[in-house]
Amino acid sequence: MAFHKINVTVNHEPEQMVVPSNMTLMQMLRESLALTGTKNGCSAGECGACTVLLNGEPVNSCMVLAAECDGANIITVEGLARDKQLDPVQDALIQAGGVQCGFCTPGILISSRALLNRNPSPTEEEIREALVGNLCRCTGYVRIIESVKKAADMKPHQT
Amino acid sequence: MAEPKIQNSSPVGESTPRIDAREKVTGAAIYTDDLQFGNALLYARIKRSPHPHALIKKTDVARAKALPGVKAVVTGEDFPGYIGLYLQDRYIFCRDRARYVGDPVAGVAAVSEEIAQKALDLIEVQYEALEPVLDPEAGIRPDAPLLHPDLGKYVVAGFIYPKAGTNISNHFKLRKGNVEEAWDKCAAVIERSYRIPHIQHVPIEPHIAIAKVDERGEVTMWTSSQSPFAQRNLIAQSLGISQSEMRVISPAVGGGFGGKAGVSMESLAVAIATKVKGHPVKLRLTREEEFFTAFVRQGLSAHFKMGCDKNGKLLAMENCFYWDGGAYTEYGVNIARAAGYSCTGPYEVPNVKGDSYCVYTNHPVGGPMRGFGMPEMHAGLEQCMDELAAQIGMDAVEFRKLNCLKTDSILATGGKIHPIGLEECIQKAANAVDWGRKSPASAPNKRRGKGIAAMWKAPAMPPNAGSSAWVELAEDGKVNVGIGGQDIGQGAFTISAQMAAATLGVPYEWVRVAAPVDTRYSPYEWQTVASRLTWSMGNAIVNAAKDVRKQILDLVAEAWDESPDELDIVNGVVISYKSEKETPLKNLVIYGLPNPDGRGWKGGPVIGRGNFMPKDVTGLDAETGQGEHGVVHYTTGAQAVELEVDLDTGRIEILKGVAAFDVGKAINPELVKAQMEGGLVQGISSALLEHLQLKDGFPKNANLVDYRIATSSDIPREMQSIIVEVAQDDGPWGARGIGEHSMVPTIPAIANAIFDAVGIRLEGPPFTAEKIYLAMLDAGIVK
Repeated sequence: MAFHKINVTVNHEPEQMVVPSNMTLMQMLRESLALTGTKNGCSAGECGACTVLLNGEPVNSCMVLAAECDGANIITVEGLARDKQLDPVQDALIQAGGVQCGFCTPGILISSRALLNRNPSPTEEEIREALVGNLCRCTGYVRIIESVKKAADMKPHQT
Repeated sequence: MAEPKIQNSSPVGESTPRIDAREKVTGAAIYTDDLQFGNALLYARIKRSPHPHALIKKTDVARAKALPGVKAVVTGEDFPGYIGLYLQDRYIFCRDRARYVGDPVAGVAAVSEEIAQKALDLIEVQYEALEPVLDPEAGIRPDAPLLHPDLGKYVVAGFIYPKAGTNISNHFKLRKGNVEEAWDKCAAVIERSYRIPHIQHVPIEPHIAIAKVDERGEVTMWTSSQSPFAQRNLIAQSLGISQSEMRVISPAVGGGFGGKAGVSMESLAVAIATKVKGHPVKLRLTREEEFFTAFVRQGLSAHFKMGCDKNGKLLAMENCFYWDGGAYTEYGVNIARAAGYSCTGPYEVPNVKGDSYCVYTNHPVGGPMRGFGMPEMHAGLEQCMDELAAQIGMDAVEFRKLNCLKTDSILATGGKIHPIGLEECIQKAANAVDWGRKSPASAPNKRRGKGIAAMWKAPAMPPNAGSSAWVELAEDGKVNVGIGGQDIGQGAFTISAQMAAATLGVPYEWVRVAAPVDTRYSPYEWQTVASRLTWSMGNAIVNAAKDVRKQILDLVAEAWDESPDELDIVNGVVISYKSEKETPLKNLVIYGLPNPDGRGWKGGPVIGRGNFMPKDVTGLDAETGQGEHGVVHYTTGAQAVELEVDLDTGRIEILKGVAAFDVGKAINPELVKAQMEGGLVQGISSALLEHLQLKDGFPKNANLVDYRIATSSDIPREMQSIIVEVAQDDGPWGARGIGEHSMVPTIPAIANAIFDAVGIRLEGPPFTAEKIYLAMLDAGIVK
């Protein structure tokens, strides 16, 4: 097994990591950095629970090798709030009642943030499309979609 | 008691924010897989049967044991004890016979998941393949291969009736009136059959258990669980240890829907851990394993015959259900029972013959899933109701309102129904979709339709399933509530805090729930199933909070030389309506109060306890299903949908979905509505998309691409949730459960709307575009 030395910025902090070739970004976050907010729902890129921002783009972190992330900027759910101030997508999700079991929540929040970064005033159709890769079994999505609309109306907050 | 001068604002009935929302949106909430165990942690993998039905002739684990990094290899030889909730019909690992594809035959613990996986390939198992049973109706034939030759010897609960020498693990019978004589009096009779496929719960968090056995043999298990106490009980029994020697800790649960109730994979982790004492052993199902080695919703083959008189009054039903229970039956036998005693649906029917069989097959193990047999059973029943209404020339809503249970209606099992708001639910759901008015389709190639379905469901549980709770206060006067029920997303912790705060007289924000649930420190709760927590655990919490309240008021009354009746607790302050004295709780709940004469102190740390158990549930007769009070209560309701069928593709789009349920009292209305929305979408998903394909016993779509669940693009354009409140006499504030009910009537509501749109009916869900299109071709609707 080969190992790779990588420099990454995770949640605004620089990190130097040594990662094996077969380690996924999800494993690096959860196991090496103990950032367990990123969830493992399928390890196959199908459920979206492990979604993180990789250089501003939402990706399934189970489908990305850690070794590929040299020089990357990564934001996980733990990095959304700044100075204890929740990101609008977090505030809005609480207000809309879009949290139930919470296991899809981190991925939902990252996809919502990514959408609002590229499109600050999305239509309902655009919100539905942006969340289509994040499976939720509890809520029926309706309050989650509502929360993204709410967050779009709140004070902008660029992550 | 004197008239209160200060209005205590109760959080019950308010939509207080979820108690766990902030930790869940920040990634701080801890789920089982997030726990850190350090370097002693071992990883388990399971060797599984590749055959649906086979004898195990020989197992050789020598090569696996020799692999560096492997710490233990176990097989069925190591664990001779049976396990099972209602019927002890399985071993933890197969011993002589494998009964489904995926049946565990051996387990490995190793220093890494990769090594554990590699070791599985080195385990050699010789099988002798046997003919499988792949259909429940084939399984009851006398010449069917017998799956459980020892069925007659298994330990079984008193209300389950297995038939030794057959594949029938339970046969529930309901007999009322005289069905044969009734048919002649009917002006319309209809007979239909339906098949409901297996589906899977698909929690986003797969099953996981970490078990550790210490030098004394005491077991600790961390697991994502709806049933920590039932797991303690059943696993301890199977391993031959005492229940108090087994501790189950359950952190946040990433979705349950019934799949994490009882014991499925958890006993495997514990069994392996007994061979590597001191090491925590982690077993985490892959998504593929999750689909067919955790519980599935069992399949159903259902036959209905029903008739009514010329005025539309139901006269008779003869319903027969064959449940595809799978290889073993943790809950399946009780699902068959629940469907049997509920087989009339929420209607008054004077003549009933109901038979519900749970049948062993070589399919994945059927378990409880949101609705516990009711969505499957209502799927056919509520389509028959529409067809019978049409045959007698009645509107489907009027037909249901005429026949539905009203307060004091006689149940098919005998006895009367409690106060019930079903008729109101049916009418409100119909009104919300503008029932009776046909709206134009959105395009020339589309057809629009509306459908409605009603439902009922009782908590299906043993008559003495109990709850308990404790309430204690800290130096600051704030409250800690101990419960053994689990928050699986439904909001159980939130409503627990609301009920404790309201009973005690403190602000909602002052209450926290002692989580995670830990069988060593949390009070007993039977299981987080059956939509029973708000009602049963809620009563225990109220009793515990009342106990605290009484201790505090008695103490203050003595100190102030007043009657407790003159005192109250308002916003965390004890007040006297008589003397207008007041003192905050923090002044007395730990340190007590000084005696007025200055000699010594009274009181001390306050802790309250409460429990609840249904007191008056009677059994149901084995031959007739009759009993005065067979279940604690029924939650009832209705759903209505409006949809469009695309004639070019067969694709169905749900335009509007409406749910109306009689919840007795909504402790937290927004949480109740969230249950109605989530259930509706899960119901839509099961109606349009979901089918665990089992070809010759082999799962064919055990992944989230080939087994699709509803995404954000599949939900209705518009949803509406209507709360009806006809109080439950023994519920806290009149509340009864709602968690499961919201996906019960969805399949038939959609099926009825499809019929309204294009005039076709299918044998069963999922109503995929392909099946709809082919049915439209057959019917000549499209060419």
